[in-house]
Amino acid sequence: MIEIFSLEFMRNAFMAGIMLSPVLAVVSFFVVLRRLSFVGVGVAHSAFGGIALGFLLGISPTLTAIVFAIAVSNAIGYIGRHGKLSADTAIGIFFAFAMALGVVFIGMSDQYNVDLFGYLFGNILAITSNDLIIIALLGGFVLISIFLLFKELLFVSFDKEVALVSGMPVAFLDHFFLTILAMSVVISMKIIGIILVSALLVIPGAAASQITDRYIPMIAIAIAVALISTVGGLLFSYYADLASGATIVILSSIIFFILFIAGRFRR
Amino acid sequence: MKEHGADIGNKKAVYAELQDVWVGYYNKWVLKSIYLKCYQGEIFGIVGPNGGGKSTLLKVILGLVRPQKGVVKLFGHRPDKHTRLEVGYLPQISKADRSFPVTALDVVLMGLYNRIGFFKRPGSKSREIAMEMLARINMAEHAEKPFGLLSGGQQQRVHIARALASKPKLLVLDEPSTGVDSVAQEDFYELLAKFRDEMNISVIMVSHDIGVITAHADRIACLNLEIHYHGEPDSCFEPEIMQKVYGKNLNIMVHDSRCATCSLKKHEHND
Ligand SMILES: Nc1ncnc2c1ncn2[C@@H]1O[C@H](COP(=O)(O)OP(=O)(O)OP(=O)(O)O)[C@@H](O)[C@H]1O
Ligand SMILES: [Mg+2]
Repeated sequence: MIEIFSLEFMRNAFMAGIMLSPVLAVVSFFVVLRRLSFVGVGVAHSAFGGIALGFLLGISPTLTAIVFAIAVSNAIGYIGRHGKLSADTAIGIFFAFAMALGVVFIGMSDQYNVDLFGYLFGNILAITSNDLIIIALLGGFVLISIFLLFKELLFVSFDKEVALVSGMPVAFLDHFFLTILAMSVVISMKIIGIILVSALLVIPGAAASQITDRYIPMIAIAIAVALISTVGGLLFSYYADLASGATIVILSSIIFFILFIAGRFRR
Repeated sequence: MKEHGADIGNKKAVYAELQDVWVGYYNKWVLKSIYLKCYQGEIFGIVGPNGGGKSTLLKVILGLVRPQKGVVKLFGHRPDKHTRLEVGYLPQISKADRSFPVTALDVVLMGLYNRIGFFKRPGSKSREIAMEMLARINMAEHAEKPFGLLSGGQQQRVHIARALASKPKLLVLDEPSTGVDSVAQEDFYELLAKFRDEMNISVIMVSHDIGVITAHADRIACLNLEIHYHGEPDSCFEPEIMQKVYGKNLNIMVHDSRCATCSLKKHEHND
């Protein structure tokens, strides 16, 4: 048990997991309330285009991925509000567009980059102390801003039209939430991977909602679910030699099913 | 042209006003040349058949729907996020999710968020106001219950309390009595009248139930695409007007003593 912490990459992975858990949990709380799960999937996949562009230009893929993800999530939100398309149609389009751009960028860089795989499926070996700083900064920003705007975000999630009439800056809050959703996706992708990160934007909140009707306990339970999943998943994947991202997601899904069944018995 | 019916005198402020307002969706007019004035201190009722444009009219007043043509004034200004602060709104169908993890009290508190301001939490003062509102609609005992576990009518009452909580100058209510039992309805309309008398607020309320509107509104408008009558409740029930509003094949449905001759049921758009 001790040896695992003597490895620097494992220490970094645990640090990252522990910092990401509350961020993903709180964001998932709103994703579930606002039924944005599919937006999470779309934004995560669109980050792939950004990563590929980073590799092509030889600059930090995290930076380009953040720009891509924020642009795509806000475009989805904009079209959802102004266009005649439903949000999920917009997601379907951008999702494909950004992925296709990614494939083209990879082709242009004519060196098939192994690191890309790490971004798709998560690679805990790759987490550097720089990444930890980015997670701490952006994750901290996400948490603090949600804390400060909590009641407004709650109202808008409850009833957008009424919130608008009550003077809530609905459009700002929508785009703001999509932006922090995109940030959360990007800072989680090295550890969990683009393909699976959206699971953690849904499962903690969904699991918590099975066993409570109040938002404060719901958030607390979501954080616990995320922490148990990431820490437990990392430990298990290390000893069983499994992919860390997938192990984390499987563990969180198992917790969801347990709470789902517990929720059935509660009523 | 459309301003027949009694005006309430010129001294009172006009809270909401529409002048020659036209609204259409996809090449079809939903509201045609609407003129309307709602004064301070009156309960203004809007009746009309399903699809007559009542909800759309309210959204125009609130600035949620932009008319293709015409002038809309709320407290003398264009409706925007500042003027709306003085309005309490109850939509016809709340999009609120039944399983949303809040209590009845939390929902009423939402009505006060704009008074509390950014970055702050509702304090004990706000909770007091919200509890008082819940008590006025006989929901105090359910304050701590999860919203999703309340019945549809109880949820509607909580929404009403939310709309009233910030003590707005104007209440805009779309079918407020949906799902609310008749005892609670009477209490609710009494409460509206009390708010009107005590605080001189205005209420614009929509219903397809003529009986309810005539019993409780000071003035009414009958709306089906156009406004066919705009004035005091009693004279709305001339058969000629009823036929214009509700269409040709009227089935007799007695609403109250005053509208024995009126009727509503099937209707077509007379366009
Ligand atoms: N967002 C929209 N897009 C397209 N058409 C709409 C929209 N909202 C309303 N309509 C149309 O406008 C007309 C009036 O609708 P509105 O909801 O205002 O009627 P209403 O009088 O409130 O009816 P009800 O008694 O059923 O509530 C209807 O024909 C409806 O189909
Ligand atoms: Mg309506």
